[in-house]
Amino acid sequence: MVLSNGHICPVQYAALARAGYFPIEELKTLRKLNSRLQGHPHRKALPGIEISSGPLGEGLSQAIGMALADRLDSPTNSLRAKYQVYCLMSDAEHDCGNTWEAIMLAGKYKLGNLTAIIDRNNIQSDGFTEDIMPLESLREKYEAFNWHVLETDGHNIGEFIGAANEARAVFEKPTVIIAHTIAGKGVDFMEFDYHWHASPLNKKQAEEALKEIKTLKGKIEEAD
Amino acid sequence: MENLSDKIFTEDIEQKATRDGFGEGLFNLGEKNENVVALSADVSNSCRMNFFAEKFPKRFFQVGVAEQNLVGVSVGLAVSGKIPFMATYAVFSPGRTLEQIRTAIAYNGANVKIAGHHSGLLTGFDGATHQALEDIAIMRTIPNMKVVVPADAIEARKATIFSAQINGPVYLRFAREKTSVFTVEETPFTIGKAEIFWQSLAGGKKPEVLIVGCGPILYNALLAAKELEKEKIGIIVLNSHTIKPLDENKIIELAKKCGAVVSVEEHTILGGLGGAVAELLAKNYPAPMEFIGTKDTFGESAAPKDLFKKYGLEPKDIITAVKKVIKRKK
Repeated sequence: MVLSNGHICPVQYAALARAGYFPIEELKTLRKLNSRLQGHPHRKALPGIEISSGPLGEGLSQAIGMALADRLDSPTNSLRAKYQVYCLMSDAEHDCGNTWEAIMLAGKYKLGNLTAIIDRNNIQSDGFTEDIMPLESLREKYEAFNWHVLETDGHNIGEFIGAANEARAVFEKPTVIIAHTIAGKGVDFMEFDYHWHASPLNKKQAEEALKEIKTLKGKIEEAD
Repeated sequence: MENLSDKIFTEDIEQKATRDGFGEGLFNLGEKNENVVALSADVSNSCRMNFFAEKFPKRFFQVGVAEQNLVGVSVGLAVSGKIPFMATYAVFSPGRTLEQIRTAIAYNGANVKIAGHHSGLLTGFDGATHQALEDIAIMRTIPNMKVVVPADAIEARKATIFSAQINGPVYLRFAREKTSVFTVEETPFTIGKAEIFWQSLAGGKKPEVLIVGCGPILYNALLAAKELEKEKIGIIVLNSHTIKPLDENKIIELAKKCGAVVSVEEHTILGGLGGAVAELLAKNYPAPMEFIGTKDTFGESAAPKDLFKKYGLEPKDIITAVKKVIKRKK
């Protein structure tokens, strides 16, 4: 798996810790001196990180390399290889030329063992994606580059798993899952506000945000 | 001189481009190691990857004119256990791909071999846009990177094959134009180890100047050393094909022996081999030094020999630098 938008690595770190790659306690060392939890993920630093990432626009190229290697290693050198390569991407990194170089190449090699997942949250550092650099229609662009395109509600886990399974079943093309999301989902003061794209919360804001998420904005009792 | 070509100073010395040595080395590796793969950005013929591509089509990947993608795909292959050789012109890679090389290759420690072709003024008529004169300086500042500049086609083949034995990134620099093949199969070659190619005592005196050079222009340094011998000026010519890691002990030892140094490279005098040697000597054995290379300028369209003349890369320029540095010793 390639996390092309490496800046969301705290989510990846939390998942890896809970999957047993390193102690959960170590999550508190994030971005501190000598920590294995770098500000952007580093392959040599932390178990479970398959590739260093962070500079936007590069991850899909690397995922393609992995998918090509996988195909070389398959006994028949066929379209269906041994494993599935996943590349998580942001929507804004579709501003990068490198991304489109990669999209074109994956279409050329018909990489059925590659699934790209776009977190289509519509925000980036300087504002809303459609104001900064309009991306739509992403679906038509990918289709024109010979990809299979799926769109899902990124907050609906069941629906997302269904899309990922469909992607595995498509042999002759790479698949992109455009996962429509709301950045800051579940926290009133964050939803739809791009200013939170790269801003950390202070303690009070964090407590408030966690409470909103745990209670579904007051609809249920807070779980532990 | 025992380890160099018998024909070294004759007119019938073989002429062959270092890019041809790369092509042979890559083909040779392809036959020996199934994990070796090759990637091109629409310049496979001029980078001499076509032999590999024709023999091993499944292991050759054509990404089109997309150098940044070339790097990324190579990295993905490398972290999956392959040994990718990626080739394009040096002006584009590391020129256009610096950040991808720095982060995706070097920071990952990815086992990618980066072939920078059409380096230097030997690119000739294509002009400044296609003559890389900054690539050595750029690449040697990147952590984990090794930088190798072969002197002729035979050394280019050896360097290509040797680079596959190193688990990590290596930058290999090649040239377009045919140049003199003055090494032989028996000439020792190890990445990281500089070799003395000329040592003249000029009548029993100790050598007066150390010439440290790399690349095909090293031949001009040898021609200069031969001329200087006639004038009873003893010279050591060191082939420092590996700019990083520099053979520090050898260079310090010989600088002490000679007391003055001239660097020779077909590259800007800023930050390349000369820069690396100057950094080393400033710390360990400060000695007068002169720099042969382009002087903070772009090239232009012309025949390589005319460019070498205009930009001061001929044997006579090296002789002038040697005499100048000797004067500074006193």
